[in-house]
Amino acid sequence: MLVSSALISGLGLGSMYGLLALGFHITHAVSNTVNFAQGSAMMLGAVLCFTFWVTFHWPLTLAVIAALGLCAVWGAIVERIAVRPFVQRGSNAWLMATVALGIVLENVVLFTFGKDPRGMPAGVLTTNSVVVAGIRIQLLQLLIPIVGLLLAAAIQIFFRRFHYGKALLAVVQNKDAARLMGIDVERVVMASFALSGLLAGIAGIMVAPLFTISSTMGTLFGIKAFAVAILGGIGNAWGVVLAGLIYGIAEALIIALAGSTYSQIATFALVILALAIRPTGLFGHAEVKKV
Amino acid sequence: MWKRCSMLRDLRGAPLWILATAVLLSLAAATAFAADPVKIGHVAALSGASAQSGEAITRGLALAIDEINDKGGVLGGRKLELIQRDDESNPPKGLIAARELIFQEKVAAIFGGIDTPVSLAIVPLVNKEKTLFMGVWAAGTGITRNGANPNYVFRVSAVDDDVDIKLLKYANEKFKAKKAGLMLINNPWGQSNEKGLIAAAKDNSAIAIAGVSKFENNDVDMVPHLTRLKEAGADAIILVVNAPPGAQMMKSRERMGWTVPVVSHWGISGGRFPELAGPTAGDAHFVQTYSFFGKLSPAGERVLAALKKKYPQIKGPEDIFSPVGTANAYDAMHLLAMAIEQAGSTDANAVRSALENLKATYQGLIKTYNLPFTPENHDALGPNDYIMVRYEGDKVVPVE
Repeated sequence: MLVSSALISGLGLGSMYGLLALGFHITHAVSNTVNFAQGSAMMLGAVLCFTFWVTFHWPLTLAVIAALGLCAVWGAIVERIAVRPFVQRGSNAWLMATVALGIVLENVVLFTFGKDPRGMPAGVLTTNSVVVAGIRIQLLQLLIPIVGLLLAAAIQIFFRRFHYGKALLAVVQNKDAARLMGIDVERVVMASFALSGLLAGIAGIMVAPLFTISSTMGTLFGIKAFAVAILGGIGNAWGVVLAGLIYGIAEALIIALAGSTYSQIATFALVILALAIRPTGLFGHAEVKKV
Repeated sequence: MWKRCSMLRDLRGAPLWILATAVLLSLAAATAFAADPVKIGHVAALSGASAQSGEAITRGLALAIDEINDKGGVLGGRKLELIQRDDESNPPKGLIAARELIFQEKVAAIFGGIDTPVSLAIVPLVNKEKTLFMGVWAAGTGITRNGANPNYVFRVSAVDDDVDIKLLKYANEKFKAKKAGLMLINNPWGQSNEKGLIAAAKDNSAIAIAGVSKFENNDVDMVPHLTRLKEAGADAIILVVNAPPGAQMMKSRERMGWTVPVVSHWGISGGRFPELAGPTAGDAHFVQTYSFFGKLSPAGERVLAALKKKYPQIKGPEDIFSPVGTANAYDAMHLLAMAIEQAGSTDANAVRSALENLKATYQGLIKTYNLPFTPENHDALGPNDYIMVRYEGDKVVPVE
């Protein structure tokens, strides 16, 4: 009972970490950079969805679509303002710039949305549940891992099977060659950031009914998701999502057995241990650099 | 606006000497009557997750100050003036605000807010600087029972140790619970209650502690915590936490489909608990010192009427959020003003002695205070002054 219910909790939260970490994976795969403002993009998804749906009384579908669209735009903005100018100059300062932009967004939300945490109203997905082997599972808890795995599959297929996906991967290997082959490198990189923002938005909207919505809700998620991306091997979409699930389940099990006081110490210690044993991540491959 | 414009036009037409006389007269009146105001500080969560608590305390203080000032203030005509600072539920910010109020504003006393960790951070400062501190919400036992001599900290609010006795007794008597599972926030307030609850269980043979689970403010899923307590045989949950994580606990309990009774300390009443917790918010029964529902005392009627007048959005008891903050602050402000009057000055030592030996009886909102404080006891309220309530929609209604 204790272990199986921890598994359910862990799968749900783990898929969230996985979705956010997929965002890290995508931008890394395409441009060798990552968006450290992922946590704030997740928060933005939840805050916008709540505002459109509850405050403005828009229909839920429209609210979700609008929120996700704006998350994608936010991802593109991060690339344009905080990544491209630095990468063009060969600087690594995008690292700090994306963090800074995330903090700016959090503060803007703090002043506009307010400091008071808000709660998503109950919906079909949270009020209905199924009972499996004596354990009650909310529909939303079932949906979250399914969406996470489907998105990971879609991204993997897109990169491996589709022409445009391969083009994206070509960019990271050799920018100049890709440009010569007629690939619009700037647009491709921007699109990958928009996609990572979109994924974070999906995570935010899905976790919102389980959590409270506030300007700081994404901070810890963002940090954990980055740990997950590294743990999984940031170059491997499946690896990243699996690492998310492993991290989530480990966290839930530690809480169930020892309480949450020790969960962060223990989970991050496990991450460090795993990376000491496998420096490229659990499912990653060492990068081969041809000279 | 229109009226003011027309008045200005009238004045423009008047001869200059009338204006000059009026200005001179009003200046003279000002110097003759206005002695320095007595500054009262208030450090509480005015923003953030517990912002409602700060607003509720502000309302109680403002009402009491209005009443006192309308009757001419204290010490022969000195008006009370409220100076507020936001601690954002953050102990270092609270401490900085308290320092500023003591050294810059030179306040006569500081009122505290909902957060025990913030109050615990301020207590050593006020005792060192000899400034009165009046707790009106935070219930941590160590706030007033802090070992300092002389002790400048007083409280008109619940005290954890007493609340803990009440919570266990209520869980046993109302829900026939024999084994209580403790869900506590992992901070000094949670620790204060862990000690109190374990001590209370030792003295109450009808109920034992099944297990203790501590969680963090930003824990999303508390199903693992609750499952642990369920496995340990808990037949009631005792909850000690503020509104947002408390709501997380209720949502997790709902997800599990566990209908275990929840008996809570009052932290959950300081924010938007019904909205955050969703449909099961009403399942949590929690402790309060006052409710505006039911038959009110004359003081209750008077304060309710004053609240409606001052805050037009209040139409009835159901519109008063976080009523304990308002009630505790209202009574505490009056007790402090009486002590200043009895001491004949705002000197902290004199007022402290006066509080410890208040000669007059005060017909307050929560009860009639007859020698509320003594040198040994700086808490004006005890277990007999607590009531149990629950949310019904957004309203807080009594269940006892």
